[in-house]
Amino acid sequence: MVLKRAILALESGRYFTGRSFGACGECCGEAVFNTSLTGYQEILTDSSYFGQIICMTNPHIGNYGVNLDDMESKKPAVSGFIVREASSIVSNWRANESLAEFLTRHNIVAIEGIDTRALTRHLRDSGAMRAVISTADTPPSKLVEKARKSRGLVGVDLVKEVTTKHAYITLPRTKPKYRIALLDCGTKENIIRELAERQCEVHVFPAETTSGQILACKPDGILLSNGPGDPSAVSYVIETVRELIAHIRDNNHIPLFGICLGHQMLGLALGGETYKLKFGHRGANHPVKDVETGKIEITSQNHGFCVRQESLSNKNIEFTHYNLYDGTLEGLRHKTLPIFSVQYHPESSPGPHEAHYLFDRFLELIKK
Amino acid sequence: MPKRTDIKTILIIGSGPIVIGQACEFDYSGTQAIKALKKEGYRVVLINSNPATIMTDPEFADATYIEPLMPDVIEKIIAKERPQVLLPTLGGQTALNLAVALAESGVLARYGVELIGAKLPAIQKAEDRRLFRRTMHDIGLDLPQSGYAYSLEEAMKIAEKIGFPVIIRASFTLGGVGSGIVYTREEMLDAASTGLDASPIGEILIEESVLGWKEYELEVMRDNADNCVVICSIENFDPMGVHTGDSITVAPAQTLTDKEYQKMRDWAFKVIRAIGVDTGGSNIQFAVNPKNGRIVVIEMNPRVSRSSALASKATGFPIAKIASLLAVGYRLDEIPNDITKKTPASFEPAIDYCVVKVPRFAFEKFTGADQTLNTAMKSVGEVMALGRTFKEALQKAIRGLEVGRYGLCGDGHANDKRIDKARKDGGKSRQEMLEEIRYKLRTPNCDRIFNIKYALQSGLSIEEICELSMIDPWFIKQIAEIVEWEKKIPALNKMPLKDKKDFLFATKQYGFSDKQIGWLTGQKAEKIRSMRTKLGVRPAYKLVDTCAAEFEAYTPYFYSTYEHEDDVKTDGKKKKVMILGAGPNRIGQGIEFDYCCVHAVLSLRDEGYETIMVNCNPETVSTDYDISDRLYFEPLTAEDVLNIVEKEKPMGVVVQFGGQTPLNLTSSLDKNGVTILGTSPKSIDIAEDRKRFSKILKQLKIPQAASGTATSYTQAREVARRLTYPVMVRPSYVLGGRAMKVIYDDSMLQEYVGQAVHVTPDKPIFIDKFIDNAIEVDVDALSDSYDVYIAGIMEHIEEAGIHSGDSACVMPPHTLSAAIIDKIKEYTRKLALTLKVKGLLNIQFAVKDGIVYILEANPRASRTIPYVSKATGIPLAKLAARVMVGKRLKKLLPDSSLKNSPPSIGYVAVKEVVLPWTRFSNVDVVLGPEMKSTGEVMGIDSSFGRAFAKAEFAAGSVLPRSGAVLVSLGPQNKTDALPVVRDLLNMGFEILATRHTAEFFQKHQLPVREVNKIDEGRPNVVDIIKNRQVALIINTPSGKASRADGYHIRRSAVIYNVPIVTTLAAARATVEGIRAQKSKDWPVKSLQEYYKN
Repeated sequence: MVLKRAILALESGRYFTGRSFGACGECCGEAVFNTSLTGYQEILTDSSYFGQIICMTNPHIGNYGVNLDDMESKKPAVSGFIVREASSIVSNWRANESLAEFLTRHNIVAIEGIDTRALTRHLRDSGAMRAVISTADTPPSKLVEKARKSRGLVGVDLVKEVTTKHAYITLPRTKPKYRIALLDCGTKENIIRELAERQCEVHVFPAETTSGQILACKPDGILLSNGPGDPSAVSYVIETVRELIAHIRDNNHIPLFGICLGHQMLGLALGGETYKLKFGHRGANHPVKDVETGKIEITSQNHGFCVRQESLSNKNIEFTHYNLYDGTLEGLRHKTLPIFSVQYHPESSPGPHEAHYLFDRFLELIKK
Repeated sequence: MPKRTDIKTILIIGSGPIVIGQACEFDYSGTQAIKALKKEGYRVVLINSNPATIMTDPEFADATYIEPLMPDVIEKIIAKERPQVLLPTLGGQTALNLAVALAESGVLARYGVELIGAKLPAIQKAEDRRLFRRTMHDIGLDLPQSGYAYSLEEAMKIAEKIGFPVIIRASFTLGGVGSGIVYTREEMLDAASTGLDASPIGEILIEESVLGWKEYELEVMRDNADNCVVICSIENFDPMGVHTGDSITVAPAQTLTDKEYQKMRDWAFKVIRAIGVDTGGSNIQFAVNPKNGRIVVIEMNPRVSRSSALASKATGFPIAKIASLLAVGYRLDEIPNDITKKTPASFEPAIDYCVVKVPRFAFEKFTGADQTLNTAMKSVGEVMALGRTFKEALQKAIRGLEVGRYGLCGDGHANDKRIDKARKDGGKSRQEMLEEIRYKLRTPNCDRIFNIKYALQSGLSIEEICELSMIDPWFIKQIAEIVEWEKKIPALNKMPLKDKKDFLFATKQYGFSDKQIGWLTGQKAEKIRSMRTKLGVRPAYKLVDTCAAEFEAYTPYFYSTYEHEDDVKTDGKKKKVMILGAGPNRIGQGIEFDYCCVHAVLSLRDEGYETIMVNCNPETVSTDYDISDRLYFEPLTAEDVLNIVEKEKPMGVVVQFGGQTPLNLTSSLDKNGVTILGTSPKSIDIAEDRKRFSKILKQLKIPQAASGTATSYTQAREVARRLTYPVMVRPSYVLGGRAMKVIYDDSMLQEYVGQAVHVTPDKPIFIDKFIDNAIEVDVDALSDSYDVYIAGIMEHIEEAGIHSGDSACVMPPHTLSAAIIDKIKEYTRKLALTLKVKGLLNIQFAVKDGIVYILEANPRASRTIPYVSKATGIPLAKLAARVMVGKRLKKLLPDSSLKNSPPSIGYVAVKEVVLPWTRFSNVDVVLGPEMKSTGEVMGIDSSFGRAFAKAEFAAGSVLPRSGAVLVSLGPQNKTDALPVVRDLLNMGFEILATRHTAEFFQKHQLPVREVNKIDEGRPNVVDIIKNRQVALIINTPSGKASRADGYHIRRSAVIYNVPIVTTLAAARATVEGIRAQKSKDWPVKSLQEYYKN
């Protein structure tokens, strides 16, 4: 393997020198860290990471290669990838190619051999920040400059970059019982898989789809998917959600379920506010408490923005889930309408499975 | 849910003596539990027979019983203390089995004691393989195919149905005893009968072989609200077929995709729920077929385990502590994470480093033992290392093992040189070498890791190595990367200076030690060190924080790596003292030294010092981040320790408490200007140097056995004849009784010199006059170089010549005259003051014909410190630590006790050892100058007989009340044995003896029954042991004559669990013990009560 030098430069002025193990070139994005021990393939292909450069805190990445089944979208969504050590061998019976091959094939710039713990501590203390990875022989100061000039995530609509171009339908293996309209803001495949497993026929709509078009398919339930970036920048979706809520209020009974960005947009549509977290939640070990049952779920998390709880008081909203790490809001429910959402990822992939019950809860609402 | 308020008193059962498969990890878990529960305001009652544990320190539990771990003894404690609950999940398999016995016999119900942590049905479901299988089957989890057998025929039928190879597991046994892999019908007969015998209920399980599959463990916790979390995933480097305890293991799991890992996690939760472990930790093992990903459940432990100790150290999540809190009603989210302080314990640790555990073996102690690793655990200790990569952690772990390796080869080890030579010679020697390597890859053994490297260096492909060893290619590739990098290292010398820094830094990131780099570049390690520090290539220290840096962490638990950012801030506000630990457990150095280190830390903290602990043994209490102010989880080599010294700049380093390991570092530290606290390096040197030590003894007029040195057989014979036989011989270059032997004649000497050790002019052998039939005495003393406090005088039960670590001993001495004791005290004082001991001193004496000889002196904490401390109630290691930082004994102890030491105690404390004979088939059951025991127990009572009997029971030797005693004696013992035999007859025992012994006794009018020797026809002496017609065996080995029979008698005793005594001295004690336990029921009394009186 030819080792090529690569540099990661941050807007803070700090930079790290390592080795390139993906595509050659340069990438810009918001540097964030993810503490999952497994699931780098799912993370790379999760569209919610669009525009971000991910640093994995687990030092050994790539050990089990990349396979055909564990894709969360058709291609990697990240801007860049940072690891301590990329495996030079693939060991898993399902693997099709190595991580390096996969990244190179998809033109993703990646850097290894840097002190990812130092970087993580820096991001934790100073907050997520703009960064550049370059494999060209550019002086670090120039790259820092570039990072500072690159666009951030606040106020930028990234959904339009990742949503499906055309509506499509996914059928379950058995005869469909329910029809779900999924508003795709960058959905993870596993949301669709979880629904399909529950005998749902999933109609996936582009983000710009109007409420009328969505309702026209006569859905039994509507799901607002996860997605990248700042929810407040996606005003057209918020408008659509507002209309959907109105429709539910008037005609009743189409349950609506929001996940992650979907949760945030629901919050906004209900009249709440969102804000940016200092360095976000990204990992597979955050404990979330279900207020109703008192049970703790270990959850899969990936979000940089959050719904401000106080902004939804007096809006007929119940707060159903909290993050036990920092007390942030993780779930809500409308007091009278069949509307609920969670900030974390019940579809997991990667991460723990215990929140799968939320899909059941969604279906129970539908069955009512 | 808050904690339960209906509970006042909690009973905790410890795990007893250290044995293979149950070591310090249960002291760690028990100590955590007691601390946590007491903090919650509960009254804690503890029973554990092992005095060397921290948990049995009188200040931990409210009532501490050092009593045999037997159901009837525990029943007495329950009757006396009336606990509301019993927490059985912290004392290993021992505690769990006892809890089951107490529950099943109705004792718990009778006294209204509730089992918490795991209830009886849960324990039964997890422990009984059949119930376990049924439960797994019911919840739809996959298992290897299997069947139960109670006879050989049944076993054979099942095996044939499943198809060979099959695995045999004996039900209800410890650490895989009676288990094995069977490839053929012939082997099946042997293995099945061993297994049926080993199982207390005569049951074996025959299972489909999942040999070569990948092996994983998950450490799971559950609270009473059914919240479950995985604390750690562990992947075994060695595939299925090697006991986890003997496997190199890695955390977190490295080769599982998220899909596979989450499936395993889901299964783990299903298992813990179905088994019904309400609260606490469990360990669940899985096997994964590397070809198709099929997962099967292997087993679960419904308790904390060795793996959970490892997982706690690997992640920073204190499993035992949390498990105890969950057991009394807390929920995971109600307990804060110690490390972050802000977040709750209801989470799953994320780690940003790689952890490698490597087991340590002791095959060199057991000649003839089968060294193949299989499903029965054989290792005696382990090290853990943390690094940012597997490569770094692996090399650190190997150098932490202290097996003469400084990393994965490349360190000039003799074996590397041999392989190198064969490779270069080519032709036949190369072929033979390759065959040897292939064999070692195919057959799991303790050197396999090195042979993987040899294989790669010899050009075997990764694929071939994987195929032979069935080890995952990812691991082999990591080793291949080490090999590749190693090739570049010799070029360092010629490298331009500007490149050296980056190259050295990169080399360090691969985990190479200065010693390896030195060897590979033809320089001394010190040279590399100075070059490295000049270039600024220094380790960075990172925090173990449970969260991969996501949150600020406060717990000072560190490891080294080579990266640019150091997490660790040091400040100079307090005076710092660094305490070096004892490294991996091994025979001769174990929990006793960890006990001393922990005491030193605790007392120095009390004195206001900032304490820094360095150790690499994950089982220990000392490596609990809660103990010291700062914990460095690092190998105990000069390089690693000096790096920490440079970082922390302590005022001094304590080397006295960790056994030989830190003592061996003394001169390196001293040379580098590090202050050694306590006894000076010079004095340590004198005690270790035979010549200088003899000189001092001469000056002090203390008798010592005559001795000499030889560099050839002829010379040795000359010396031996001058000293007169028997003589004690030992090679000059080994420590701890390795290869020591008592020699009775020229021919034995010739054999020893020729075969056992290779004598060369630079490696002479030492020859001492062996003081035959002497009483050995151990003394522990404490001095500040002005005053001497004699802490304890221990009289050995076994005569001199048996390693002191293998002897039972008694305090106070029970046969020594006052005059002898005075002499011993006088010599001890003289020697302590002459050596200017500041701290602890251990001296071994031999007493014969009224003369007191010194055998050896060690100016450090000895193995007996915890025993003496427990027996007298004086915390010696704590006092010693204070002395070492300048406190005068006068200030620490009242004048009266300083003058009248050792303190007189109104009771008797007997220490007995446990030996790992069952683990090593084909090894003779004989004690000698080389230590073989793994652990110890204490019996404490008002009389010697009772204390001895308690110690024997605690050590697992069930003294009979009636029945037949088989006596078979060497010629030298026959006359002396007469009173013993007479006593046994008087107590109603029948005496059996082989011909010569029988004739001798009959001559003395003692009625004995003669039994056949092995070649005299059936039933012979071994048959009657097998048929369990013998309740006790007294067998003293004699020169050579009855060797063969003796060997079989002793092995059979071990296999069929008949108590056996191999010295006459022990036989006498045993008779007293039998008499004591025959006469009356045992009272139980806590240490606190003993001390009060």
